[in-house]
Amino acid sequence: MAAPVLCSGCPQRCWALVWVYGRCRHRRGAPVGSTCNWMRGQSSVAQQPLHTARKPRKGEPEWAAVVGLEIHAQISSNSKLFSGSQVCFAAPPNSLVSFFDASLPGTLPVLNRRCVEAAVMTGLALNCHINKKSLFDRKHYFYADLPAGYQITQHRLPIAVNGSLAYSSCAGTKQSQMTTRTVRVKQIQLEQDSGKSLHDDLRSQTLIDLNRAGIGLLELVLEPDVSCGEEAATAVRELQLILQALGTSHAGMAEGQLRVDANVSVHRPGEPLGIRTEVKNLNSIRFLAKAIDYEIQRQIQELENGGEILNETRSFDYKLGCTVPMRDKEGKQDYRFMPEPNLPPLLLYDTASLPAGADSQQVINIDQIRERLPELPRVTRERLVQQYGMSWDHSFTLLNEVDLLAFFQNVMKETRAEPKKVTSWVLNTFLGYLKQQNLAVRESPVTASALAELLDLLDSKAISSSAAKQVFEELWKNEGKTPAQIVSEKKLELMQDQEALEQLCHSVMQAHPHVVMDVKGNPRAINKLIGLVRKATLSRADPTVIKTILERKLSS
Amino acid sequence: MWARAVWLSLRAPFGGRRGFISTEDPQGSGRITAEMIEHLERLALVDFGSREAVARLEKAIAFSNRLHAVHTDGVEPMESVLEDRCLYLRSDDVVEGNCAEELLQNSHRIVEEYFVAPPGNIPLPKLDEQEPVLHS
Repeated sequence: MAAPVLCSGCPQRCWALVWVYGRCRHRRGAPVGSTCNWMRGQSSVAQQPLHTARKPRKGEPEWAAVVGLEIHAQISSNSKLFSGSQVCFAAPPNSLVSFFDASLPGTLPVLNRRCVEAAVMTGLALNCHINKKSLFDRKHYFYADLPAGYQITQHRLPIAVNGSLAYSSCAGTKQSQMTTRTVRVKQIQLEQDSGKSLHDDLRSQTLIDLNRAGIGLLELVLEPDVSCGEEAATAVRELQLILQALGTSHAGMAEGQLRVDANVSVHRPGEPLGIRTEVKNLNSIRFLAKAIDYEIQRQIQELENGGEILNETRSFDYKLGCTVPMRDKEGKQDYRFMPEPNLPPLLLYDTASLPAGADSQQVINIDQIRERLPELPRVTRERLVQQYGMSWDHSFTLLNEVDLLAFFQNVMKETRAEPKKVTSWVLNTFLGYLKQQNLAVRESPVTASALAELLDLLDSKAISSSAAKQVFEELWKNEGKTPAQIVSEKKLELMQDQEALEQLCHSVMQAHPHVVMDVKGNPRAINKLIGLVRKATLSRADPTVIKTILERKLSS
Repeated sequence: MWARAVWLSLRAPFGGRRGFISTEDPQGSGRITAEMIEHLERLALVDFGSREAVARLEKAIAFSNRLHAVHTDGVEPMESVLEDRCLYLRSDDVVEGNCAEELLQNSHRIVEEYFVAPPGNIPLPKLDEQEPVLHS
């Protein structure tokens, strides 16, 4: 599953921090189905292209939308948060369940060190303040996939607070105009995942699989600094890349390792925030953006029609492209939070406060974890731009595709060609072929070494660039031939013999005297001569060299 | 901060309430309202079927409210008797699981290694409609 490349080549869009939504009205209170000419082509809410939203007329009130994201990321670990059962995606039902996960009486939670490290790493990567003391609580609610009747979470004092997530958004068409936005991270907490329910409506029953129950989750609560679907999507994508770079979570939305809920509300600028609705069941970044934009539109329409927004939970129906109320979550929930009596406070240390002679297995040193943090995507992109002189757009694309950066770096290692050439070939030609056949980088028939060899041939002017494209197409067929072999087989080498080339130019000029005459009057007619020479050489000569020779001959 | 924070603070905040009675009835006569009973019944799925049960609840609350006689200004609340203990950190190894057969023996009904539960959350009827039902 390839996430959409959000920034490259995006059309003229300008996202202000406050999302301004204008409505076409002659007067306030005009019915929705008015026959105003502006309304034509804008009636379908779900497909309304965002950048054609009309600016409000003078005196018309604007709307501001506010989106608060709650993200649950499944921690990548061998065993669960509080028990020693395995964490694995597909396994026979209830086979990865310990007595504690099934909440049999007499079992106790034992905290997994790896999960705490993952939480601290994520907190540090998002510039959070790590709480040296954090507490565990119970959050009570009844559902069949929560056998204990409560979830162990960190409600009062989570492990990390007050961070920020920076993401870039497109402003204007120029690639250099990449503005950075930040969304504040309110807190990061450790909590348990619940089991899976399979609803069997036919037999009026629910089948419960507890394999997922007890897996460690990182809940990231973001402040409502996001104001539209695209911003939310970009922020979540960046978070995905960060989690994957850290190794704390695989963060695949389709696999349920990254779950996002959006709290959406609208209000008039200057007035207090409106009632919010919670949108769930978002299982891809694209649907996240769609659902948020639909919900914003729905709320605006509802309020402009004099209706009210209910504080409810809605589900996104991706087939219809709209949000619908969820039946199961009626009424307010009282979670009756209480401290988890079986777990003492979680204490973390730094190098200064580390107790002497402490068992290294039993203490966690925040400074040590900070030193071991891998390079984050933002830093990687900056490095690529500095080191290879590529544009921000290119660096985004390189990081956006799984394994593409590694491929690029492998090619760079083995070739003499200029970075700009390599970038262009990898992002345009190579990626183009992959996308056309819907392949991942891993499945590519062309290896990094092969491409490096091809680029070397091109760089040494042994072949022309059109010949190189032909060679690439041959390589893609994966018949086991090297670029050099293909070149010699198809006789694609550039003519190196200068004298022979001069002879050819001379004979072409002799054969087409009228064209030679044309050139004297119209300099651009030289292109026709070049074309003729190229044909004579069976495309094995470099056009620039031909041009130089011809120009020399014509002027003499 | 914003609507969600307001909503969050309306939930029963941990440790914030100083006994149900003082918020419901300033006189402190210890009466529990019908709404409170309904709320508790939905949350805890118990059945306060009789007036005696409610009276017993009121007595229990009055008994525990005697804690207010203790002067606790400037004293840090104790959240856990384990607060001086060290939280043991387990290394990330797989040591449990693979006992599906044993676990499924506990269940009244199973379907192909899945536990069987009633469909979704069955909404409770309102208090004024009929007597509240105890869920098994």
